[in-house]
Amino acid sequence: MSDALLQVRNLRVYYGTPGKPVRAVDGVTLDIGESEVIGLVGESGCGKSTLGRGILGLLPAGARADGAVLYNGKNLVALPPRTVRRMRGPDLGLIFQEPMTRLNPLMRISDHFKETLEQHEPNLTDAEMRRRSLETLGRMGIPPTRFKQYPHEFSGGMRQRIMIALALVLRPKLLVADEPTTSLDVIVEGQILALLADLKNNFGTALLLITHNLGIVAESCDRMAVMYAGRIAEEGPVREVFANPAHPYTRELLRSTISLDTKVLHSIPGAPPNLIDPPAGCRFNPRCPSAMVVCNQLEPREQHPSPGQRVFCWLRGPSELIPPGGEAPLEREAIGVADEA
Amino acid sequence: MATASRPQPLTPHGRARLIALGRATKPIREAGGVARAMFWTGIVITLFFIALAVFARFIAPYGFTQYKSGHHLFPVLGHPSGTHWMGTTVESDDVMSRIIWGAQTELKVVVIALAMALAVGVPLGLVSGYFGGILDRVLVLIMDALFAFPYLLIAIVIAFLLSNSSIGGGVLTAAIAITVAYVPLYFRVVRNHVISVREEPYVDAARALGARPRTVIRKYVFFNVVQNVPPIATLNAADAILLLASLGFLGYGIQPTQGGEWGYDVSRAVSDAASGIWWTGLFPGLAIVLLVTGLTLVGEGLNETINPVLRRRRFGRFEFEPVPSQMEEGEE
Amino acid sequence: MKPEPLVSMRNLRTYYSIRGSFADRLVGREAGTVRAVDDVTLDIRKGEVLGLVGESGSGKTTLGRTLLGLTRATSGSIEFEGREISRLRERDFRALRRRMQVVFQDPHASLNPAMTIGQAVGHPLEIHGIAKDRGRVRARVSEVLELVGLAPAEQYLDKYPSDLSGGQKQRAVIARAIILNPVLLVADEPVSMLDMSVRAKILELMLSLKRDFDLTYLYVTHDLATAKFFCDRIAIMYLGRIVEIGPAEAIYSDPKHPYTQALLRAIPEPNPERSVPRDLPRGEVPDAAFPPLGCSFHPRCSRAFEPCGWESRDLRDLLEQRWAMAAGDAAVESEQRLIGDLDALRVPSSEVRWTPPRGVTADETVALLEQMRATGPDERLWQGVERLDSENGRVRLDFHLPYDPQLQPAGDVEVACHLYHPPA
Repeated sequence: MSDALLQVRNLRVYYGTPGKPVRAVDGVTLDIGESEVIGLVGESGCGKSTLGRGILGLLPAGARADGAVLYNGKNLVALPPRTVRRMRGPDLGLIFQEPMTRLNPLMRISDHFKETLEQHEPNLTDAEMRRRSLETLGRMGIPPTRFKQYPHEFSGGMRQRIMIALALVLRPKLLVADEPTTSLDVIVEGQILALLADLKNNFGTALLLITHNLGIVAESCDRMAVMYAGRIAEEGPVREVFANPAHPYTRELLRSTISLDTKVLHSIPGAPPNLIDPPAGCRFNPRCPSAMVVCNQLEPREQHPSPGQRVFCWLRGPSELIPPGGEAPLEREAIGVADEA
Repeated sequence: MATASRPQPLTPHGRARLIALGRATKPIREAGGVARAMFWTGIVITLFFIALAVFARFIAPYGFTQYKSGHHLFPVLGHPSGTHWMGTTVESDDVMSRIIWGAQTELKVVVIALAMALAVGVPLGLVSGYFGGILDRVLVLIMDALFAFPYLLIAIVIAFLLSNSSIGGGVLTAAIAITVAYVPLYFRVVRNHVISVREEPYVDAARALGARPRTVIRKYVFFNVVQNVPPIATLNAADAILLLASLGFLGYGIQPTQGGEWGYDVSRAVSDAASGIWWTGLFPGLAIVLLVTGLTLVGEGLNETINPVLRRRRFGRFEFEPVPSQMEEGEE
Repeated sequence: MKPEPLVSMRNLRTYYSIRGSFADRLVGREAGTVRAVDDVTLDIRKGEVLGLVGESGSGKTTLGRTLLGLTRATSGSIEFEGREISRLRERDFRALRRRMQVVFQDPHASLNPAMTIGQAVGHPLEIHGIAKDRGRVRARVSEVLELVGLAPAEQYLDKYPSDLSGGQKQRAVIARAIILNPVLLVADEPVSMLDMSVRAKILELMLSLKRDFDLTYLYVTHDLATAKFFCDRIAIMYLGRIVEIGPAEAIYSDPKHPYTQALLRAIPEPNPERSVPRDLPRGEVPDAAFPPLGCSFHPRCSRAFEPCGWESRDLRDLLEQRWAMAAGDAAVESEQRLIGDLDALRVPSSEVRWTPPRGVTADETVALLEQMRATGPDERLWQGVERLDSENGRVRLDFHLPYDPQLQPAGDVEVACHLYHPPA
């Protein structure tokens, strides 16, 4: 898609260790369109957080990225960090799980906004800055009478709203939200999600919503990508993926999600693989109920079971590339509690 | 486990202990770079002095108050020479021998002092931190008051009081003086750590299991708190050497007849310096500096390796392998 | 005759006093009291799984801890197996700990990092002086480890917690909890920190243990979805009180209390046909030190009416919300000018009096408020206004008197809500 806002091409992010590196993100290709709401879902350790930060160039010490993140024709991975830093804010925003991490307890909310706006839009007058800040805060439900208060005077949900407002006051094209509601109560979570789902209407901002909660993705996102062990297993429109999951992992994940309609409990045996030495072939093969011999040998190719849907699974072919005998069921050792997550 | 075809060298309990030891020292073994260099340099220096102290009898050519050998009197303030490598003092004592015996004295006093300080400070800190309440408030008041005084002052006062009492001057007095100066430090460090550990879920869980406070402290709190102590104790030892030397310099510490003491030697050497006699002051001074540096290096090295905040993880270098290109259908 | 309940709590209260600012502490003044558990009356029947559901600040964790004796009750009574335990001293409570155990939320923090799994799981035996023989202890520990699925046990006995995964740790914690054959197990969010694919395994384990050992569970959680699966009865808590309690099917199929309804609506469902609900209660759980008057939920309730406890702070919130939504508008500033700063509305009271700012008469302010009422009649607050006029140059606003709702039967459940039991 040439009109995608942001294009991730074969992105790899590895963390250095005294031994071999941890392959946290190992070849991810993804498009984010303008004003689109994309859910990035997976369990702990699948690399979704790393992917979100890798896109923004916010990697911790010892981690390096390879591949391309194309934005406005430029590859963010190849740009010097200073240039990317300047883009963070007016183009790319990020909100974290813990709202207090971004808010300075010694600064008033008004000062936070002033600092952000001064840095990225220095031509605004004080009055304009104040007006824009109050307007953005107002959309998030924060009243102007509290503009001068300190972060600790607000509750958790309100702090998250303030963080979102801080990110949005610069009108970024893309907002990456990393587990934004995980630490909040369920009713407040619903409120915040409503805000985020409305971003495209109110601000025209695209949203990459990173979460482990499939319910959130179902209710707020247009498209979704399922990550497993550093790679994308499946990607497509939310309706399609929920109705016809193309990847066995997606299917198993959906089945293990406990919701109000759950009648029987399901779980996936085993645990996500070690990312220093991941399994050969498809990384899900040790735990996949439908694994074939080829799954242990060759990495699956991208297939399109329906328009707009991508999946990496040998069950979808292409059958020409499967060696003879490759379609036989894979024999494995039984997975016990010792291997459990 | 059922059929022991091979003899098990360790019982399961013993094996667990060994594993625990391995885990405890893992950060040291894995340390790299500056921290590692510091630590091992310090260890070498410290071991050198420990060797001097332990084997003083065999290494030192003469006794620490020996002013003659047979009928041959040692020169007074003799230059460093073949028979006296570091010269002699105004009392005709061999400087080098006093340095070597001095190592024994210094280390003896400091080890005793720190052991006593730990024996008093750590339990008090554990109890005070865990139980809180009035006991805690009183102890903190006392300890903070002591803490506010300069170490040297406290040590001098105690040394003065004790040397007039039945204990007299000597190793024990100096040790007690140093102990009293350092007890508040261990108390405070341990107490603070206990207060933070006390709130941890696993301590809560221990209470919920029905464990008595003494059990909770012993098994749940102590091990998790005590790992802070070795770096502090080592840095303390460095400080204590200086303290002892200061006491000696001022005349309150070990008297020359009880053992060699570097601080005392330095104080005696002050008047020599005016006459251009450098060896009586230089060598004891160097000894102090070296031992203190060695201990400090060990302490800082330990701190950098064990303290998770300071520990810099080695990340390792890696290269991205080129991805084999795959022909994709319908590529944009 | 109905059997005696295993646990019987009557008018239980657990209050904390908060230390205020430095100045307060100097003078010895308290900044407020948090009523973490505020007059709770509850039975736990033998063999049942009772769910205690609530968000943060609901008091559910404190209730569990008070029951376990980890936190001291301020007043009220708790009977366990017919015996009063709320006033027991710690050392008398210790023997009781064999009968009631706990599984905490964070598997990574519940195990002592300095003890092996074998030592940790066997420690209760040592504490209570059972089985002094080391071989017998080891045998019993192995037995229990296999029961929770950590088999073969030898593989786990000498491992440290950091060698185990989250799910395995939680199994070890459960093993430690059941090794003494307790009758009551308090589980505080036992699976909320585990991945989705592992939760089912641990829940299944807990269910099978319940069947095999006739355990009774108090399942404390914020997650109504797992509670539905796991519990026989559910109690919903809000700000220290039980607002609804009844059999699980009744709560889920026909929730009565508006808070329960909101909770159920808010749970994200993995169903793309549904989008994020837009009609959720606004605001958040209020500060437990200064709860709203009357029914604590009324400021957020879409169906609140006269007796629910309207007060000054609700008016302040209404004004703030109104000005937030229209921020930047000139109209907002003119309204603010007519009303003044909202300090007078900070003190909770159902009788509100304030003097408007200089240059503004009380009648103008009253007229503005009347206009707000006329243009926004859906705001529930106006239902609570009994009288609004001016008197001696001051604005006078009286709300209807607040009434605390009590838990009373309604259908299959008990609910504390004036909608079902309006005060006389």
